[in-house]
Amino acid sequence: MSMLEIQDLEVYYGAINAIKGISFNVEQGEIIALIGANGAGKTTILHTITGLVAAKHGSIRFNDKELTKTPAHKIVSMGMAHVPEGRRVFAQLSVYENLMLGAYTRKDKAEINESIERVYERFPRLKERRSQSAGTLSGGEQQMLAMGRALMSKPSIILMDEPSMGLSPLYVSEIFDIIQEINKSGTTVLLVEQNAKKALSIANRAYVLETGNIALSGDAHELMDNEQVKKAYLGE
Amino acid sequence: MMSFVSYLVNGLSLGSIYALIALGYTMVYGIAKMLNFAHGDIIMVGGYAALITMATTWCPVWLAIVIAVVVCTVLGVVIEKVAYKPLRGAPPLAVLITAIGVSYLLQNVALLTQTANPKTFTSIAAGAPPFLLVFEGKAPLFFTAAADSPYGDLKPVLTISMETFLAIVVSIVIMVLLTLFINKTKAGKAMLACSEDKGAAQLMGINVNGTITLTFAIGSALAAVAAVLMCSTYPQITPYTGSMPGIKAFVAAVFGGIGSIPGAMIGGVLLGVIEQLSKAYISSQLSDAIVFLVLIIVLVVRPTGILGRKINEKV
Repeated sequence: MSMLEIQDLEVYYGAINAIKGISFNVEQGEIIALIGANGAGKTTILHTITGLVAAKHGSIRFNDKELTKTPAHKIVSMGMAHVPEGRRVFAQLSVYENLMLGAYTRKDKAEINESIERVYERFPRLKERRSQSAGTLSGGEQQMLAMGRALMSKPSIILMDEPSMGLSPLYVSEIFDIIQEINKSGTTVLLVEQNAKKALSIANRAYVLETGNIALSGDAHELMDNEQVKKAYLGE
Repeated sequence: MMSFVSYLVNGLSLGSIYALIALGYTMVYGIAKMLNFAHGDIIMVGGYAALITMATTWCPVWLAIVIAVVVCTVLGVVIEKVAYKPLRGAPPLAVLITAIGVSYLLQNVALLTQTANPKTFTSIAAGAPPFLLVFEGKAPLFFTAAADSPYGDLKPVLTISMETFLAIVVSIVIMVLLTLFINKTKAGKAMLACSEDKGAAQLMGINVNGTITLTFAIGSALAAVAAVLMCSTYPQITPYTGSMPGIKAFVAAVFGGIGSIPGAMIGGVLLGVIEQLSKAYISSQLSDAIVFLVLIIVLVVRPTGILGRKINEKV
């Protein structure tokens, strides 16, 4: 049984068929990349998994529990965190308050404090800026905050949507290093990226999306050598 | 000079009541992104609830206030569930028109059951002696609540009624408690998170619908307190009692920056003071016009209100 299993998923925005019956799976401990052009449906898939968008048809099973009928706010406590596109930190709240909201569904105060210390260890800059409001952080720092906030729920899988968007090349490398670290410490990662080269370089397997369908899938390194992928997504 | 202080105190008192009502407007707007125009009529319902319970022989004043708060809280939650929740995601205009419809519904139910004749509201502080301010020679000021002044012939220079005093004190206490609740508790933080980004709040595990319900409950409870304070100060109630204070409080919320909690407090108090001072020094008929004129000026100079933030839409 896979950790996350998506079958025949169809999503509509009004009359527009955004996801046209896709199936894929994520195994425990993997980094899975979903790559594809703008409008291919990458973000929609993540939003459907965490319940922000309703599925029209198909199933999403996470640790053998059906997610399509689960309200969005109940999914995080099942062990799934989502770092949304555009980071979406709470700009008017402080870094610390943002992190604490990440632990909203957890009760044990001592454990929460432990988690916050671990996040500060991983992102020392967040510790420096803990009482600053999140809106004053740079894009890269906000990305770190969004990731730290997701880690605060102690997820077994973390969905990341375009973590490199709008960041300087230096930050992009740092963010991808951190994703690998997070994965090594035992968290499964489902990564959506437009930066296909970077995503494929750290992923185990990847799915290539084209207008709501999976066009290609397989081992990430093999996909990197695929002529079609090279031409369309790697700019070679 | 003392008459100015007296007007000022009355203004602060009226303004505190506006602030309590404005908090309901601004919190609901901040979280549900809708203008609940039925909010003013919840005040009216609270007033009648207190009036009816106080008229019975068995009910002490404190219990009447509690009953008014409970009635309004339940009413606010029911209105949200029945009228507004099905429209979540509908165009804002549909929600706005529904709110106006709920407002008329409440007024007309009150007309049917309570008739249009004004009823006299017994003040919750009925019989309580006012506070007197007395100068004794060059000595400092003295406040005394005694009906028979121990100062003999000395005439008080300033009289503050118990109702006026209560409105200010109760409002301050409530605003402090509310601020603590919002900033220190988990539920309060959830409200702030929802007002900024509902989607992201859901990803944190926050129940957005539950938070909206809680917001309506708190706003309506505050309206009930405002109702009791207002009807005690201006002891008359009709089915339309809530509409003008409701509109004024809405103005106060916009004035302070709609969506901002401290903004609603400042806006409410300022509005009350402006209204009382213009009644005293300019014209009592024109005072409402002046209030709205000030609103227009503030919005021209600072469209987001005093404490309102500009919303930067990131693409």
